[in-house]
Amino acid sequence: MNDKIYKILLFTAALIMPIVCGGVVYALVTDAYEAFEHFGFFKFLTSSEWSYTDGAEQYGALPFITGTLMTTLLALVFCIPFSLPVALFVGEYFKGTRIAAILSTVTDLLAGIPSIIYGLWGFYTLRPLIMALNISPQGSGILTASLVLAIMIVPYAASLSAEFIKMVPNDLKEGAYSLGATRAEVIRKVVFPVAGSGVFSSYVLAIGRALGETMTVTMLIGNTNNIPDSITSTGNSMASIIANQFGEASDLRFSSLIAIGLVLFFITAFINMIGKMMIKRARIS
Amino acid sequence: MAKDKAMLWMVCLFAALTAVPLFAILGEVLLRGYDQLTWSFFTEPTPTAFKAMKAIEAGEPIPGGIANGIIGTMIMLGMAAVFAVPTGIMCGAFLAENPKSRFAQVVSYLTDLLQGTPSVIIGIVTYIWIVVPMKGYSAIAGSVALFVMMLPLIIRSTEETLKILPASLKEAGLALGGNRARVMLKVQLPAAFGGIFTGVLLAISRVIGETAPLMFTALGCSFIRFAIDKPISAVPLLIWEFFNDPNLQELIWGASLFLLLFVLTLNLTAKYLAKKWNQ
Amino acid sequence: MESVTPILEFKKTCVSYTKQTMAVKYVSAAIERNTITAIMGPSGCGKSTLLRAVNLMHNLYPNIRVDGEILLNGENILSMEPIDVRRRVGMVFQRPAPFPTMSIYDNVLSGYALNGVRLPKTEKDETVERCLKSVALWDEVKDVLNKKGTFLSGGQQQRLCIARALAMKPDVLLMDEPTSALDPIATAHIEELIQELHKEVTILIVTHNMGQAMRISSKSMFMYLGELVEYGDTATMFSNPSDERTKAYLMGKIG
Repeated sequence: MNDKIYKILLFTAALIMPIVCGGVVYALVTDAYEAFEHFGFFKFLTSSEWSYTDGAEQYGALPFITGTLMTTLLALVFCIPFSLPVALFVGEYFKGTRIAAILSTVTDLLAGIPSIIYGLWGFYTLRPLIMALNISPQGSGILTASLVLAIMIVPYAASLSAEFIKMVPNDLKEGAYSLGATRAEVIRKVVFPVAGSGVFSSYVLAIGRALGETMTVTMLIGNTNNIPDSITSTGNSMASIIANQFGEASDLRFSSLIAIGLVLFFITAFINMIGKMMIKRARIS
Repeated sequence: MAKDKAMLWMVCLFAALTAVPLFAILGEVLLRGYDQLTWSFFTEPTPTAFKAMKAIEAGEPIPGGIANGIIGTMIMLGMAAVFAVPTGIMCGAFLAENPKSRFAQVVSYLTDLLQGTPSVIIGIVTYIWIVVPMKGYSAIAGSVALFVMMLPLIIRSTEETLKILPASLKEAGLALGGNRARVMLKVQLPAAFGGIFTGVLLAISRVIGETAPLMFTALGCSFIRFAIDKPISAVPLLIWEFFNDPNLQELIWGASLFLLLFVLTLNLTAKYLAKKWNQ
Repeated sequence: MESVTPILEFKKTCVSYTKQTMAVKYVSAAIERNTITAIMGPSGCGKSTLLRAVNLMHNLYPNIRVDGEILLNGENILSMEPIDVRRRVGMVFQRPAPFPTMSIYDNVLSGYALNGVRLPKTEKDETVERCLKSVALWDEVKDVLNKKGTFLSGGQQQRLCIARALAMKPDVLLMDEPTSALDPIATAHIEELIQELHKEVTILIVTHNMGQAMRISSKSMFMYLGELVEYGDTATMFSNPSDERTKAYLMGKIG
């Protein structure tokens, strides 16, 4: 009898997840409806107009989808040359040593820094540097945001990749060494092929994190509502336009921002789902 | 062989470079913020922009501090944790106890989904859920947003810790005739305490610096307030305000230093406890 | 003439993990009070599965089915509440599993705590002393009763687990290879202890160690591929097995 009550209690607690997630989707869909109805779903996604003059309101998500994709992909490009060495350092070269533990702690701490502080650092240190190097006149923009974003996702990509690199069986590596392979060859021909799908999936999850990152991007991207034409120009991401305009928005603009939120929600959910599925598969094999 | 050495050096070099931002950020925040951390910084609320302006004109340091933010953060975090910890532990126990049930798999998937959801979206959804029907920003709304963000983290850490306990522990408890609830409460949860506690610490450190979800829920408030149905401040919200108000910019670094030290200490403590508990 | 009811009786007991595979097939046997019965057989023969069924451990795993009957003092345990069964049937596992968060004292009394029974302090002290004495652990731990049980050696931990089971005053004590994780000296201690204990409790012990079965048990079962091949006096079974498979096992040809 008691066991039944216990089971029901745990089951009830577990119901919170479907309720919360259902509530998230329901709230986003109902409030985004107006914008999709007014502009049409595909029109909204492909329009690059964002103007809120009374009477001639026109909202489209394309500039922000573009901004998000540009910052995310650029961040990924900057992230790889750092996260991969960290993963090899921790998972292969210095596996299990004190120095590897220290590096892991350092990356863990990097992951713990709040995004608003990354934003401040980007704004007060990196932005002047970019201006001084004459890369862009105003300092902020896609490039600046991506650089800081890259630092933020290095810990996620590195620690997960390291986990998979660590799991490569020793006898495989020893087999290759016994045939006269050098360490670099072992890494290229044994470690990467075995750990590859796991490492790849860790980058997919890192992308998932970068897509929705808000404060850092908001503080560094320049906040203009155009489609960025180069990596040094300013723009807005889906998250940053919401952060910037949500407080002052009402009616159609409010609904349009929620619609952008809905799109962002589904994109991140999709990417994360793929990443998790790949990780599961990589763990099994 | 030369190629081998070169690769090792490259790996070491780039791995070392990764550590640079941590020290650069810590260093900058420390250097620019340490002299602001006086007693009054923690006991006084934020000055008005006018007061700050007058102080700047007179060449004096800006008066006031971040007490309103610290209190707001504590109130919202406390309320969120009071609900998220028990719910998360029970939900995690459900997942650990029924690994094969279809419903548990759905819940597990939704936990991943919620954990991956950008915090800004949690913010706008909480706005729709709470701020709109209550017709105003409030500490309650802020705590709901933090609750939703903490929940998946606590669920996962509870589930994982319970799953790595040896099965013999639960079996031995049941073999003595205990019912499942008692075995969970007296054997499994105490044995998993370290892991769950670490998970709660990490969850707190993860959400304490969250800004975006609080902008649309708690909004901010320039004086010390304890009411939970009114707008309230939080440390990250104050940093955002200081960043946007030229008169208050000097206060950014003290507030950031406080937040940074707090978060990093929580992180290190959690990591230390996890290691100690694993041995 | 009234015949004595056996304390434990298997009647066509079957355990299956899936519909196709039966781990235990139609086992029938009666166990007499205060005997030590060893269950032997090669690994995978179903001996642990049979033992665990007596404590209804299969209830934890929804896909395991038990058919037939298992009678405890003439009552079919398969239709009883698991909790009532487990209070009367103690179990000791392969690896010693003292509860890591409880002191030695609380470990001995954990059965009561887990059943929500509150004992007066004097009775608690008595129980702890009696049980630790009956597993010959009292002298070694009487000064550290408030320390965690996990600091004890493997053999001591296993004795603590036996004491924990005895504290509930069970009718039957099940032991699932209780010495397989222990060194030879600790094993000898536990074997000695088991021989002492059968005066107070009926013991069913799964072992893959033939020497152990010969040393401690009065009755033996030999199981092979889920079937109970042979059941009888230990001495007879070892000196003159009636089944070819038993003979082959005892000669080391299977298993």
